[in-house]
Amino acid sequence: MDVTTRQIGSVVLVKPSGRIDQSNAAAFEAALAPLWARPDVAALLLDFSGVEYISSVGLRVLMIDARQMRGRKARIAVAGLQSVVGEIFAISRFNTVIEVFPALRDALGALSSDALAAYDAG
Amino acid sequence: MQRIRFWGTRGSLPVALTTPTLRHKLVAAVRMAQGRTLDSDDAVQRFVDELPFQIGGTFGGHTSCVELEAGASEYVVCDLGSGLRPFGQAAIARHGPGKAQTYHLFVSHLHWDHIMGLPFFGPAYIPGNRLFFYGAHRELESALRRQMEPPSFPVNFSVFNAAIEFVYLEPDVTHDVAGMQVTLKHQHHTGDSYGYRFERNGRTVVYSTDSEHTFADPTESASFAKFFRNADVVIFDAMYSLAEAISVKADWGHSSNIVGVELCQLAQARHLCLFHHEPALDDAALVKMLEETRRYEEITRTGTPVHVSAAYDGLELTL
Repeated sequence: MDVTTRQIGSVVLVKPSGRIDQSNAAAFEAALAPLWARPDVAALLLDFSGVEYISSVGLRVLMIDARQMRGRKARIAVAGLQSVVGEIFAISRFNTVIEVFPALRDALGALSSDALAAYDAG
Repeated sequence: MQRIRFWGTRGSLPVALTTPTLRHKLVAAVRMAQGRTLDSDDAVQRFVDELPFQIGGTFGGHTSCVELEAGASEYVVCDLGSGLRPFGQAAIARHGPGKAQTYHLFVSHLHWDHIMGLPFFGPAYIPGNRLFFYGAHRELESALRRQMEPPSFPVNFSVFNAAIEFVYLEPDVTHDVAGMQVTLKHQHHTGDSYGYRFERNGRTVVYSTDSEHTFADPTESASFAKFFRNADVVIFDAMYSLAEAISVKADWGHSSNIVGVELCQLAQARHLCLFHHEPALDDAALVKMLEETRRYEEITRTGTPVHVSAAYDGLELTL
């Protein structure tokens, strides 16, 4: 699993890829943890278009992220789920506790107008 | 080990089918009968047999009680939930009250829903019967006595006429009980709970209820996979969705269908049986959960398929 991050306005876009499971969930958590306390991050957006599978241990990391972000009134969302990962979100009911958007642009529009403008400006 | 009979499959609290829910099922069944020719008892029976479970059946409402038919004449039961009462009635009906029986009763933990059936367990009142209570809680006997003390119950423990014995079983050690090899494993649950692995004649049944899997400890999955290893059936606490189990209901001591599938796949268990159903879920919701669990097993499968079922009061599984 690889994780890349980039800032778009007040939103940090995190893009993991591959499988997120027991073997790398700790690395996934470690990649996200530095973002929790950053005051310039109003929202965390996870681009899941490259994620092929996420296990319960990986979903637990998302729940920890959600708690941390909401604890300081920041938002967290996921976008671009592959079909199988979308099913996993539905079966686990994670789609009821984390905002899920079909595409990045939809998510940015919902999270921050400045981030959407920056995204559209390229 | 030959057969498993489920006498109580609900978590936390007994529930009952209500008249509005029953009427809803009847209306749905009558609608489905339209256009069918039901001109004989056989035709009616076939039609009823074909109804979807959420219309033609119900998961029932008794709390945890599971009978293992181990191939010996003595009875083996997991937990003393409200399902223990109909189990006791069936055992008495089978043999008649005059013929003494031996009951081996394994207790996962001492929360009320897992012991509430004992005061209503007919065989406990019959002289000549022998009851062995097994568990890893040192306070097993006092907890069973306390629920029958005033002001909670009209008669106390001394009204039982059966011979009663309490047997402490050390976890992580294999014990020979009633012709089976029995191993207990500590599980994360307030006040502690214990899972049981029963083995006999090459057949293995795991009873793992009231067990929360937090995965805060990275060795947890491997530890449970070892406990479930190659089991013929794993009876698994799937009370909540994964999202509930690790958010609003974290530390409530229960698990999810998702974790059940993952652990059974890791353990190469053959059959996952969802158990300890949330009392707030109706039959349609539980059927949906079963279908979703089967789908999750399918999309995450890497080896031999794990058969997935959902326990209901009255279900019999043949091993």
